[in-house]
Amino acid sequence: MRYSGLRLLTQAFAGNTGWKPAWRDTAPKSSYDVVIVGGGGHGLATAYYLAREHGITNVAVLERGRIGLGNTGRNTTIIRSNYLLPENHNFYEWSLKLWEGLEQDLNYNAMVSQRGVLNLFHSDAARHAAARRGNAMRLDGIDAELLDRAQVAEFCPLIDLDNARFPVMGGLLQRRGGTARHDAVAWGFARAADRRGVDIIQECEVQGIETEGGRVTALRTSRGRIRAGRVGLAVAGSTSLLAGMAGFEVPIESHVLQAFVSEAVKPLVHAVITFGAGHFYISQSDKGGLVFGGGLDGWNSYAQRGNLPAVEHVFAAGVAMMPALSRLRALRSWGGMMDMTPDGSPIIGLTPIQGLTMTGGWCYGGFKATPGSGWCHAWTIAKGEPHPLNAAFTLDRFRQGRLLDERGAGPFAWAQ
Amino acid sequence: MIQIACPYCGPRDEAEFAYRGDATVHRPAEEAGFHDYVYARANPRGWHLEWWHHTGGCRAVLKVLRHTATHEVRAVGLPADRPEPPSA
Repeated sequence: MRYSGLRLLTQAFAGNTGWKPAWRDTAPKSSYDVVIVGGGGHGLATAYYLAREHGITNVAVLERGRIGLGNTGRNTTIIRSNYLLPENHNFYEWSLKLWEGLEQDLNYNAMVSQRGVLNLFHSDAARHAAARRGNAMRLDGIDAELLDRAQVAEFCPLIDLDNARFPVMGGLLQRRGGTARHDAVAWGFARAADRRGVDIIQECEVQGIETEGGRVTALRTSRGRIRAGRVGLAVAGSTSLLAGMAGFEVPIESHVLQAFVSEAVKPLVHAVITFGAGHFYISQSDKGGLVFGGGLDGWNSYAQRGNLPAVEHVFAAGVAMMPALSRLRALRSWGGMMDMTPDGSPIIGLTPIQGLTMTGGWCYGGFKATPGSGWCHAWTIAKGEPHPLNAAFTLDRFRQGRLLDERGAGPFAWAQ
Repeated sequence: MIQIACPYCGPRDEAEFAYRGDATVHRPAEEAGFHDYVYARANPRGWHLEWWHHTGGCRAVLKVLRHTATHEVRAVGLPADRPEPPSA
């Protein structure tokens, strides 16, 4: 069923009785050409682009729970491509371009809103770093603007420019950045993949990966054994566990990142604003709640819940940046699991097992990458080799010394 | 809240400590082992032996056995100690 204004109108007059489920809840067949493990945004996007770009439709997506209830529903929904390193910003820019046409492409309202992403800075050194990053982006045709204090004040009057310890000196603005609705992204990709013949199999947990002569042959799941010509892992947060089933090790640690929503208020924060002196970022959802978060709790965790010291840090940084926030009450908080890599950049590509590819290691930047990750992962599965856009995001770059350490934080996963 | 019983200072809040990662990796004698030493991590969902530096206290580096799904701290020792993960 195609969604349109006319459909909305006719359904309204028909008592909304004609809507059909957005995707089929299928039972697994015994064999597929390609099986994608993980029904989050990245896995569903991989399946969708496999079908659309490469004509491969004998595909299953296996999801342990239900679509949209994993880490996909646990992020802060920011999209942007404001990275320093060319390998990073060219990849994320391609993803941002896919976001820009995504809703027409999927025939689904993902509420993509290019409201701008502003990174504040508070010192000369940070201004230099921001200017350098902005220039690196502009050299590759990506939009970036360096704002001074007055322009920041005009852009968002709520920001405390004269914080005693961290006065704001300006900010780096990417106007094409913004937000999208995370649930709708998962649902939209699920529906669009399903319409192209992909089987979406929910409540199907992968318990083992069978290989023969170094090549993947089948998956053992809670709903039976499924033979697969090729397998793609899209299970960020749990990549180590799945890689372990296939018999290889990944340079990844699982960490918890918390996020928060305030009570709903009238329009207050019209863009995505990030604090430069502490780890804090904030935007406002269309329902009115302020969506915000900060850094990792900082120790290995698979629990999808965090602890109070990180909560305290996030709120302190938020109030330092926007004192008005102290008048609001937090409504909800939650934790999501992150695949943290030692250089802060993702891994998309081949693995030591033939026929087995992965997209993972997303640290806490996976949401904005959803279409780009799926697109590059689908290419890698279809062609058996990475696309130039993901050629640098290899698993063996750590062995070769070709790290993509955007932050220069050293090989400490929890410091990225 | 994670509470770590420092052998010198007693039970203290996690905010007093700096996390220093996996305590099961060892610096190799040969160059060949350095990739695994620096980057490869078992990343278990379960008992995890890890370093915590008591930066806000006695500054001792402690070896802590903690569960990565429940966050329960089972043992806290000094670097020479060898806490064993519970079998069950």
